[in-house]
Amino acid sequence: MELRFTPEEEAFRADVKAFLADNLSAEVARKGRNSEGLTKQDMEDWHAALNARGWLAVTWPKEHGGPGWTAVERHIFEEECALAYAPRIVPFGLNMLGPVLLKFGNDAQRSEILPRILDGSDWWCQGYSEPGAGSDLASLKTRAVRDGDEYVINGQKTWTTLGQHANKIFCLVRTSTEGKPQEGISFVLVDMDTPGVELRPIKLLDGGHEVNEVFFTDVRVPVSNLVGEENKGWTIAKYLLTHERTNIAGVGTSTRDLEKLKSLSQQLVRGGRPLSQDPLFAAEMLEVEIDLEAMRVMNLAMLSAAKEGAAPGLQSSMLKIKGTVIRQRIQSLIKTALGAAATPFPAHELPDNARSVPEDAAGATAAYFNNRKLSIFGGSNEIQRNIIAKDMFRS
Amino acid sequence: MDFKLTEDRQMLSDTLRRYLADQYTFDFRNSVIDTAPYHSTEKWAELAGLGLIGAFVTEEKGGFGGAGFDLTCVFEEVGRGLCVEPLLGAMMSVRATAECGAEDLVEAQIGGAQRLVLAVFEPEGEALDLIRTTATKSGDAWVLNGRKSVVYGLPGADGVLVAAKTDAGLGLFLTKDAETLDYAMIDGGGAGEVILDNTTATCLSEDATAIIEAALDAGRLALCAEAVGVMQVLTDMTVDYLKQRKQFGRPIASFQALQHRTVDMAIEIEQCRAITILAASKLETAEAGKYVAMAKNLIGRTANLIAEEAIQLHGGIGMTWEYPGSHYAKRLSMIDHQLGDRYAQLYRLMAA
Ligand SMILES: Cc1cc2nc3c(=O)[nH]c(=O)nc-3n(C[C@H](O)[C@H](O)[C@H](O)COP(=O)(O)OP(=O)(O)OC[C@H]3O[C@@H](n4cnc5c(N)ncnc54)[C@H](O)[C@@H]3O)c2cc1C
Repeated sequence: MELRFTPEEEAFRADVKAFLADNLSAEVARKGRNSEGLTKQDMEDWHAALNARGWLAVTWPKEHGGPGWTAVERHIFEEECALAYAPRIVPFGLNMLGPVLLKFGNDAQRSEILPRILDGSDWWCQGYSEPGAGSDLASLKTRAVRDGDEYVINGQKTWTTLGQHANKIFCLVRTSTEGKPQEGISFVLVDMDTPGVELRPIKLLDGGHEVNEVFFTDVRVPVSNLVGEENKGWTIAKYLLTHERTNIAGVGTSTRDLEKLKSLSQQLVRGGRPLSQDPLFAAEMLEVEIDLEAMRVMNLAMLSAAKEGAAPGLQSSMLKIKGTVIRQRIQSLIKTALGAAATPFPAHELPDNARSVPEDAAGATAAYFNNRKLSIFGGSNEIQRNIIAKDMFRS
Repeated sequence: MDFKLTEDRQMLSDTLRRYLADQYTFDFRNSVIDTAPYHSTEKWAELAGLGLIGAFVTEEKGGFGGAGFDLTCVFEEVGRGLCVEPLLGAMMSVRATAECGAEDLVEAQIGGAQRLVLAVFEPEGEALDLIRTTATKSGDAWVLNGRKSVVYGLPGADGVLVAAKTDAGLGLFLTKDAETLDYAMIDGGGAGEVILDNTTATCLSEDATAIIEAALDAGRLALCAEAVGVMQVLTDMTVDYLKQRKQFGRPIASFQALQHRTVDMAIEIEQCRAITILAASKLETAEAGKYVAMAKNLIGRTANLIAEEAIQLHGGIGMTWEYPGSHYAKRLSMIDHQLGDRYAQLYRLMAA
């Protein structure tokens, strides 16, 4: 047993910190700290800075422009980025489509698409879910019918994150209705500018616009946009869902949010004393800190196995559940810490003198509501439990 | 033992339920929450016309209700209808002014001519002994100095009742001259900050600690009843949705893991309903503070649980602005923040 990082890993951490100090703009970090939305430009600028350093495509091998990191290095990078309130790397092109093309794409697709992901020419979004196909993704209905050397696509995708910024979408579509539902699915790339693609915003409960509906009406795409084999898209979908899940536990984000909670509890006064000295509240903060410490080690154990080449198994489902529950618990305590002052909305438009909480807490209530999504997407926590239970009770 | 509402209360409750269902639809509600005063002045006048404000005051003080159950039967419907009208502030105000013996003011409020709000708490917390705002007499008039935070119903109010320190203790003052900063609340409705800078006011009572505490307890009880109404609707919506929503070729309601969680929600609502009845039955007694604190603690804990479970069980749909359930969940989740959260209530109980 050795819970410490190696000297090389510690040196790497120092490099990441130095990079963040030099490259992360104070304004973007401020927005992150205050739970304000980032603009498309903010995200693109951050990608460009990472790309210049060769650190953007964290899951790609070196020969395709990735940094060639181990799972542990990736973790250190993500942790330091979270602690510094750097934007999250938009995952769709970089951490989803990229690995899919590397494994299932052909050379033409790789050489055309990967460089455009790296240099920001394309912004990809993920067209998996449909109104009728959420947890039961395999029941998806969007049809792609072959017509000469084109597919004609009709149907609807939904919950498309940041689709409003995207010029491309990768979709799971139905190319066959024969056999089991999983057997007739294909993985197809679509240009959002193609006639017949229409995007409509969905407003979330926090008032924000981060997801969309995407409608397809007689959308024609060349057959060369198929990735892998026709009707074998489910294998790709599963690969994406089980394999390239980086940072599933969100340890860095939780660590950072817990720091914010502690700092707020020292600044906010309740019942005549700082909230940090309120025994009931302090006990809740400590309990979530204990949970986080345990999960940190659980996460390191998985990373260390991954570094040795083990495929992430049920541990990743467990970490998804525990990680999201802890993140949501911290968000909930931050909201609680604000007391009556948790309510003004939209908080970022308030004049300073109307606010009775620190600036970095003003958006915390909206963030709490928004982060209910953590236990819903990426395979809901119930679906993760089903996965674990299926294995546990296998006869 | 009799757990039925009296005929009068049942009638008030039915009338209000019908009125809100017809006149205060979800779309209507959402059309008023974005712009000041963050409620509908027209609907406010109609609600006063239905006799709601009068129901908050006893007959001897000029109303026609005033008991704990009068409050709970109104506010449970307010919760069910997700109504954002500033009833909480108005209810606390009319009771406080009635206790101060300000008959004209009470009449004006009951008739709907004046809408007042109660401004007690300050940025540093929800306890009367933390109040710093002062009232000083200058000649015949009084002047107030200090700041009040998150005053419910402030936008568009006709006057503010301010709790301020006097030589005699904690007084209650009415001002129409305060500087205010209004905002919308994340769960609907309006609130704001009151800035008192040598602001002139009239004195309703120089020593109103007991009156203010009683008004706040009535407010907490009202919030409990409102929460019960919100919880009930939200849980019903969840059950309906689980029955309709199909995944894996069957209604997701057929998954026992989800059934059990919904059943737990229903059990917790019954607990909340029961403790709210208990608190309502004690409102006019010396033990009001104790039982209201118990109710508000249990409601605060359960409200968060039910809000989170309802969203989770709905999946993505529960996260959308368009779906009414998300607004019920937000309202529920914010009830713990009002007039002292679950911890504040525990501290009251420990101190008693
Ligand atoms: C903010 C946000 C962003 C998203 N971004 C994207 C995106 O970019 N691209 C994309 O394709 N999708 C995206 N999604 C969709 C997401 O993957 C789905 O919401 C998720 O798969 C759940 O599907 P659903 O919402 O239809 O809920 P449902 O599947 O209808 O589930 C409803 C409830 O039933 C439970 N449930 C379902 N089946 C079972 C079962 N067998 N046993 C027990 N419980 C069950 C669920 O856990 C949930 O609690 C996003 C969702 C959100 C909320």
